[in-house]
Amino acid sequence: MRELTYNEAAVEAIAEEMRRDPKIFYMSTDALAPLLKEFGPQRIRATPITEAALTGMGIGAAGSGFRPIVDWRQVTFSFVAMDQIVNQAAKIHYMFGGQVTFPILFRASVGGGGKVAAQHSQSPYSMFMNVAGLKMFLPSTPYDMKGLLKTAIRDNNPVISFESGRLMARKGDVPEGDYTIPLGVADVKREGSDVTVVALAWLVHEALAAAETLATEGISVEVVDPRTLVPLDTATIRESVRKTGRLVIADEAGPTAGFSAEVAAVATEDAATFSRLKAPVKRVCALQVPIPYSPVLEDAVFPDRNRIIAGIREVLQGRRAAAAE
Amino acid sequence: MTSLSPNLPPDKQREMLRQMLTIRRFEERASDDYRAGKIYGVVHCYIGEEAVAVGVCTALDPRDRIISTHRGHGHCIAKGADLNRMMAELYGRQTGYCKGKGGSMHIADFGIGMLGANGIVAGGIAIVTGAGLAAQMEGNGGVAVSFFGDGASNAGPFHECLNIAAAWKLPMLYVCENNMYAAQTAAVATHALSDVAARAAGYGIPGVVVDGNDAFAVYQAAHAAVERARSGAGPTLIECKTYRWRGHTERAGQPDPRDRAEVDAWQGRDPIALLERQLREQGELDDAGLRAMEGEIMAALEAAVAFAEASPFPLPEQATDDVFAA
Repeated sequence: MRELTYNEAAVEAIAEEMRRDPKIFYMSTDALAPLLKEFGPQRIRATPITEAALTGMGIGAAGSGFRPIVDWRQVTFSFVAMDQIVNQAAKIHYMFGGQVTFPILFRASVGGGGKVAAQHSQSPYSMFMNVAGLKMFLPSTPYDMKGLLKTAIRDNNPVISFESGRLMARKGDVPEGDYTIPLGVADVKREGSDVTVVALAWLVHEALAAAETLATEGISVEVVDPRTLVPLDTATIRESVRKTGRLVIADEAGPTAGFSAEVAAVATEDAATFSRLKAPVKRVCALQVPIPYSPVLEDAVFPDRNRIIAGIREVLQGRRAAAAE
Repeated sequence: MTSLSPNLPPDKQREMLRQMLTIRRFEERASDDYRAGKIYGVVHCYIGEEAVAVGVCTALDPRDRIISTHRGHGHCIAKGADLNRMMAELYGRQTGYCKGKGGSMHIADFGIGMLGANGIVAGGIAIVTGAGLAAQMEGNGGVAVSFFGDGASNAGPFHECLNIAAAWKLPMLYVCENNMYAAQTAAVATHALSDVAARAAGYGIPGVVVDGNDAFAVYQAAHAAVERARSGAGPTLIECKTYRWRGHTERAGQPDPRDRAEVDAWQGRDPIALLERQLREQGELDDAGLRAMEGEIMAALEAAVAFAEASPFPLPEQATDDVFAA
């Protein structure tokens, strides 16, 4: 199959959807260069650097029959538009009694690893998960990116596409032409029987690498990629944990009130899952600090395959002890 | 102070008076029912500013879209909202515009181009600018109108949107209802310039100051701005100098720092009395006509209250409806 990068898969999804539906247009603070020639400056718009205005304008255009894509570029710039996201986009359909729909796709890159320091290295998706009325996803592969983006563009709600900065140039198989992946459906990226690792984006790949390493020791790791954050596929997570009895959650964000905490709650508040847990849930997260610049410091903050392995060994300690008796 | 009568047929001019009176009587009733505990939360009254909403909306047609503020009843009525569904919303009923999810601060009727009252100061300006962009892309000559207060004119979205609307020549009217107070804070303490309209020059668009208590003057300014917008020439900032007769909200015991003499002076410039006088002077209204109009308005209001009171409250399980659209 043909390979595309994560970023190319996103651009292809948008181009295919824009060809399909003339109501889709794109706004960002620089024009999306690869699509400008085909669609022109009316549909691929370059705006002033005013995220609040362009986010609000997306809402108004959506409520007036269009299907805007608003590209914040980096999630850090979305904070400039927080009133429009939280008070307006998330609430407007509900608050007005569902009168009309607001189909908007927001795009935002997240994550670290770029040595660009605190204001440009963030993974604040759990802040958005906390706001009722927003759907959101964070793909780990080019294949998932294209399929999820196409679904999100066709969704009649505000949907945020969080996109991993670390994965932009990563290649993977992507079919030509139309296919979609539903929101709210996790993907088991590797099947296993001893421990479940729930991970997102770049850490899916780190978890897969960890699983490969541990397989040589006879440890069988299942890697679950939720893909969608809201709605979260709780059924697949619980099913996996019920099978393995152990849960490690890997997240590029800090742990406090984070995605990792939500997944831990999903597993432990369900009696049928909780009763199958053989060890405490382990979170492998970034340190709860602003992301520092120097490579030595940045590397110290983020989890990676080695820390995932350490986390897996921790939840397996009981098994080792039991096996030794 | 009395403006020339606009080039509007007499029945349209009387309709302006009817709408302004409807706004006032609606809010008087809403205020009474709020104090009686039948309406919840918070109610912001537009009384004293009716000429702005009606003057502007008289210059619009059904394809045009508006957005409102926390003080939104007047804009709803001027754009043609249904009194029954408005009152039912204030009463928190299923039959309200927002099925009881919004209340006084969040009434919308997208079917008539009323994109909603908005509880965040300056929160609606960008949204309605998006409606202006939609109108431009639709190419049907529609315009979009942002109503906002003097307080919002100091917030970022006002400036961001005037700039982008000017740069893209969006078919927009930015209508500042300068009632001289942002909640309890006097505009003189927070504005470096006495006229918000003067800021238009910074964005290369026309800025117009009008007497916001003179419905005809507001209409004329809006009409000119609508013509300009429909022609593709871009946005206009219209500053309507007006005054809110009541406190920031209807909640009892709120501070109101305004000088009593100032309030009295503005009440002496009642926009409804002014329009009534203009219509009488032109021979377009007499005592009998006014009595009939008042009677119709009161009957419509009584019907709206009866509709609201007879309507069921939402079911508790409906709290989870409409978080997401299908």
